[in-house]
Amino acid sequence: MTAQTETPAEAPTAETRPPSTPNAKRRNWTGLWFVLPFFAAYALFLIWPTVLGLYYSFTDKSITGRTPSWVGLDNWAEAFADERAWNALWNTAVFTLYSTPPLVILAIVFALLANRARRAGWFLRLAFFAPFVVPVSVVTTIWTWIYQPDGGLLNHYLELFGIQSPDTPTIWLQDEHRAMWAVVITTVWWTLGFNFLLYLAALQTIPQDVYEASAIDGAGWFRQLRSITLPLLSRTTGLVITLQLIASLRIFDQMYLMTGGGPNRATEVAIHYIYIAGFEGYRIGYASALSYVLFVLILLVSIVQFRLFSRKGA
Amino acid sequence: MPNHPSPPGALSRRTLLTGTAAAAGLGLTGCGSLAVSLSDKTVVKQWNLLAGADGAIMTDLHTRFEDEYPDVDLQATTLGWGTPFYTRIVMGASGGNGADVATAHVSRIKSLSPATLLDPYELKEIEDAGLDPDAFPAELWDKCFVDGALYAVPLDTHALVNYYNRTVCEQIGVLNPDRTLLETQGREDYFDILREAKAVTGEYGTSLDTFGGWRQFWAWYRQADGEMSFGDGDYEMDDDKALQAIETMYLMAEEGLCPTFADGAQCAANFENGAAGFVQVGNWEITRFRAFNEAQGLDFSMTEMPDFFGNRRTQGDSHSFILPHHNQWDPEVRKATIEYVAFMLQNSFDWGAGAGHTPAYLPVTESPEYQALEPNAEYSGVVDNVQLDPDVWFAGSGARLFDESGSVFQQVYSLALNPEDALALLKERIQDLVSLPNPVD
Repeated sequence: MTAQTETPAEAPTAETRPPSTPNAKRRNWTGLWFVLPFFAAYALFLIWPTVLGLYYSFTDKSITGRTPSWVGLDNWAEAFADERAWNALWNTAVFTLYSTPPLVILAIVFALLANRARRAGWFLRLAFFAPFVVPVSVVTTIWTWIYQPDGGLLNHYLELFGIQSPDTPTIWLQDEHRAMWAVVITTVWWTLGFNFLLYLAALQTIPQDVYEASAIDGAGWFRQLRSITLPLLSRTTGLVITLQLIASLRIFDQMYLMTGGGPNRATEVAIHYIYIAGFEGYRIGYASALSYVLFVLILLVSIVQFRLFSRKGA
Repeated sequence: MPNHPSPPGALSRRTLLTGTAAAAGLGLTGCGSLAVSLSDKTVVKQWNLLAGADGAIMTDLHTRFEDEYPDVDLQATTLGWGTPFYTRIVMGASGGNGADVATAHVSRIKSLSPATLLDPYELKEIEDAGLDPDAFPAELWDKCFVDGALYAVPLDTHALVNYYNRTVCEQIGVLNPDRTLLETQGREDYFDILREAKAVTGEYGTSLDTFGGWRQFWAWYRQADGEMSFGDGDYEMDDDKALQAIETMYLMAEEGLCPTFADGAQCAANFENGAAGFVQVGNWEITRFRAFNEAQGLDFSMTEMPDFFGNRRTQGDSHSFILPHHNQWDPEVRKATIEYVAFMLQNSFDWGAGAGHTPAYLPVTESPEYQALEPNAEYSGVVDNVQLDPDVWFAGSGARLFDESGSVFQQVYSLALNPEDALALLKERIQDLVSLPNPVD
């Protein structure tokens, strides 16, 4: 997706390219050889499975190796009537709604703070970005410990500050209403660093003279933020929101590892249900149809998003 | 961008690239057999799900096997218990290139689609490896056959048992003179003991795995003679008896006799650190409790599940060895694989002594040495009382019924669902499973 956002900017250079000579043509072929190893892997592990998945979605292909037969639109009809699939899609949407705003807003706030800090700047940059390099299995293990009702770090401090009584410890991951929030908090802690970094980089490209000029005109800190910083960050915000929406819509790892989709399917998200249908239920055909529903949904969201922000930028 | 002339030797670079690609391709196809080519040992790939305390005992047996069969390179891989393990077995077998031999619960054999994903054993090759096909408990042996072919060789029987802390039990006076646990009759009788134990420990009477509620449910449901049968698109169960089993969980948790919340590890830890005087958990945890006893002292023993509803039936299963489907068997690998299975069964005394499982191979269990083994002798009755999961493709250890019902029962223990609502939700979950197309028929 990111690659596509860059293409329009580079398009004009293509027109100024000198007329092709036989020499240049040969050079193009050479370039192809360099791309080939990547493209072969890309075609084999991405394009081909995507095409195959579409084909499977019209069959009753099973992981057990029985000969698949063509079932037409049966899988698709079942997917659209499957309450559990809709529930999973809904949970995905809820997770996206809960997680995207803090991941964008906190990233701006922290980037602004880290950008202002002089001496501790390197430390803040490291501190905010460090969680992002930790693998998901480690993150979820640590947070599962933190959320333990008895002896977990979170409840320990809640008790220490007298917010809750030790006799009625708060259940985090196993409570139908809190489980989603618990996963959202973990996710924000874990992935905030990436957005933070994008914002920090964008902040550093804003020329200092705009601020100096506005200061001469008497603009205060807040006015500068509202009229200079945020508008100049809008392209980055567009990119961050798009990437964040896509990342949140394909949430799976944290749920699978922390809640297993529970309790009572309250955190069962779309990809988890696809996994259950395909690998636990052995139904590759049906799981393929479900995957395509999610794929189309993500595609729609990104197109709408991209349109919205590219228009603003132009 | 300026046009640089084509660098000299473009062709040779192309050749180089082609060469590199070819080499990379060779490397890819070659890595599977690399291990074989490096030594002349026969490689046997074993996958197991023994991520619990009994895994250490199996590792010890593997070391002994390798000492005795120096020509065989046994490569054992332990995967996460339950769904993660079985999905990998299925995926590996569907490619025809997975493990040579794997552990599997006997209750799961049908759900592994034996016709397409497993390879059957020949009775003769088992006999040639020194195993007597008639020396298994008849009922268990029959379950290893599907459509007349033998798909699994059973290693053990394992079940939920009742561990008791003798120090606590002594204080509340529930030990016989030989320091075994007094027998109780009926749920209330046992709850009385738990109340006294709770008073001593200050936390719980008993500990149990509130995440694996299916096991306890099935034990109590079967103690009350509850039946569960599955037809085409529907099923039958006894609602009253199911409600009684669910109520047992709720009452126990409500009164604080058991934790409202404990996964497998916490459940065992509660027993070790004295927060609970009893723990109703699988016999395999004995390895862990023994290690704790050696390290910090824990005077414990174990017996069968208490009689709640007229008998001491318990939920259980059997570990067995299966042969995931191979596109083609190397005769040497096949021979070494069968020898491995035979070795494990013939030496399953250690499996019983170390991991608390009851070996399936009768020459082992009937030996005087095993008969005298403690505390195994104290719960030897589980073999007759063990109740396997219902006979349907989504049932069995770590299967979907286990997972789906477990998440309902977890909410009963945490008191988030009352027994009536839990039963309704359980029935809804089972109906969902029944409505799915049977993938292994």
